[in-house]
Amino acid sequence: MKTLRSLGLAAILALAAGPAHAQWSDGTIKIGVLTDMSSLYTDLSGAGSVLAARFAVEDFGAAAKGMKVEIVNADHQNKADVGSTIARQWYDVDKVDVIVDTPNSGVALAVTEITREKNKVFLVSGAASSALTGAKCSANTVHWTYDTWALANGTGRAIVRTGGDTWYFLTADYAFGHQLEADTENVVKEMNGKVLGKVRHPLNSSDFSSFLLQAQASKAKIIGLANAGGDTVNSIKQAAEFGIVAGGQNLAGLLVFITDVHSLGLKTAQGLIFTEAWYWDANDTNRAFAARFSAANKGIHPTMIHAGVYSAVTHYLKSLEALKNDADGKAVVERMKATPTDDRLFGKGTIRADGRKIHDMYLFEVKKPEESKKPWDYYKLRATIPAAEAFRPIDKGDCPLVKKG
Amino acid sequence: MAAPPVTRSDTSFRTQAIVFAIMAVALAAAPAAIYPVFLMKAMCFALFACAFNLLIGYVGLLSFGHAAFFGMASYVAAHAAKVWGLPPELAILAGTAAAGGIGAVFGAIAIRRQGIYFAMITLALSQMVYFFCLQAPFTGGEDGIQAVPLGNMFGVLDLKDTTTLYAVVLAIFLGGFLFIYRVIHSPFGQVLKAIRENEPRAISLGYSVDRYKLIAFVLSSSLAGLAGATKALVVQLASLTDVHWSMSGEVVLMTLLGGLGTVFGPVVGAVVIIAMQNYLAQLGSWLTIAQGVIFVVCVLAFRRGIVGELGRLMGKRL
Repeated sequence: MKTLRSLGLAAILALAAGPAHAQWSDGTIKIGVLTDMSSLYTDLSGAGSVLAARFAVEDFGAAAKGMKVEIVNADHQNKADVGSTIARQWYDVDKVDVIVDTPNSGVALAVTEITREKNKVFLVSGAASSALTGAKCSANTVHWTYDTWALANGTGRAIVRTGGDTWYFLTADYAFGHQLEADTENVVKEMNGKVLGKVRHPLNSSDFSSFLLQAQASKAKIIGLANAGGDTVNSIKQAAEFGIVAGGQNLAGLLVFITDVHSLGLKTAQGLIFTEAWYWDANDTNRAFAARFSAANKGIHPTMIHAGVYSAVTHYLKSLEALKNDADGKAVVERMKATPTDDRLFGKGTIRADGRKIHDMYLFEVKKPEESKKPWDYYKLRATIPAAEAFRPIDKGDCPLVKKG
Repeated sequence: MAAPPVTRSDTSFRTQAIVFAIMAVALAAAPAAIYPVFLMKAMCFALFACAFNLLIGYVGLLSFGHAAFFGMASYVAAHAAKVWGLPPELAILAGTAAAGGIGAVFGAIAIRRQGIYFAMITLALSQMVYFFCLQAPFTGGEDGIQAVPLGNMFGVLDLKDTTTLYAVVLAIFLGGFLFIYRVIHSPFGQVLKAIRENEPRAISLGYSVDRYKLIAFVLSSSLAGLAGATKALVVQLASLTDVHWSMSGEVVLMTLLGGLGTVFGPVVGAVVIIAMQNYLAQLGSWLTIAQGVIFVVCVLAFRRGIVGELGRLMGKRL
């Protein structure tokens, strides 16, 4: 009875809308935000990413355009099998059309495979592995905000150029850390710098003392932190306690987010150099977004991952509006690649054939405590890395999609 | 009470046969109502818990390292299917054999001690397996092995079809379950129970206790491996979660919750825990707290577990 009635309703709606009626599979565009809600990536992604997706849908005016958009979210607990079970169930049972964000490269790689198999869409903002647009690229995946290559390239190049030519790596012992380390090492060597050694620590460590002592003993000018989230925060804090920076060595954060700087405090974090894709205090539109975001997110300001989720969802919805059909994930991503991106937060940009979103990257330095004038006023812009140089050249990634084209 | 006199084990057998039939029919019909991938995952964990229960419930050995067998088998099966290109039946066999092999080594070392020492030795050995899996290149570290191909079982059954895959997993689960049931109720199983009740007496009766314990350990680890290898095919990936020590703890929880030393207990416990993890994923870190509370309540209020208490109420052994 219920189905009959809704069928009837659908028929009336279809007639009313005329020939231009869009084909939304099961009537709704369902966005699944798959992220870490309880562990080390909660602040830099987590609930904020769900919020950013909601803002994107509101700002796009989906309801006014007759697009019914629904957002669901889940916690992947940083476990690949939990993440992949959720993704599979979302696609099979809950009719989710697109999964966004997904910090943790291991989970993101698993979701990429499932998205390819089910022909849906996967918009990565939180995960960093450049393999997502390299050897493991997929016609159903767009990698939005940043990747290990861009971070390593931006930070590594700038630091070696200013005299930091000997490096020691403190690396999180999983695929993401290894990739970050390898990418930076290549840049350092290419610039005639030297890597004196490296040490690997387990994910989610709390004690870095033995690793930091090894780094200190190496006498390298720069200690590169190839880790993320809580690991980076802990290693920077403990390095300060060991007097590593005071002793003349410098820390290079290869993946630092504004939430990390916030929890470290400027006193500990000052002078740290790193690369990011987006900063809330860069212009008026960003500031307006940050004000709205932090008001709804316990005062926490948006990270580049949140901004990336906003930007990605906006472009996805725009492409759907033009395509009027969300059933074929591959076609949606093709459309997204064919249209230049343009949104409030990231401005104009493009998406390459390998799924890499291209935009400017920025090299930031953390301000000294006395330079900071207001809450969350943390960064000084050191350099802008133009879009053309910011990401790995398309022919260097071994992406099968590119070879074919 | 006019019925002819029957022994207690006869009625128990009849009840167990009926319950088994109900379980088999329910599982065969369930995909119509419940998401099949979830059910398959639950069956893999149920088999895992049954294998664990064989050791703790019937020999009285608390292994705290069963994740090593479960996880290692899932890595070997995933690697065999993906890199060596083996068909699924051989991949599962390879995983099971690997787990059995590790089980033989672990068992030979661990059965020399009892009680807490036994548990600690198995925990230490399984941590070695965990760090091996973290570092070995073939496991892919934190990324795990992804996109495990499903292929054709015996060359004819196309596992890419969910219904076929479900039937195969159901067959593996029921087969493993019946095998364990047969072991428990064989003369061999009687000796195991004798060892559980009173080891010195079993020795004095002339049983080579160590040999019995080792065989039971290898059987349990192989069946845990069978469950792990099957799971690798179901979720199409093998990851560190399965070799992590918390997985060893989870299987203890499943078995205790369902009912230690009962035939059906581990199945019920596994389904309850997996359902919680699956349907309460939105709770985030509250999920682990909820699991802990259930564990505490179970230990304090109904120590025989769900099925154990039901059996007591019915006056039957389940």
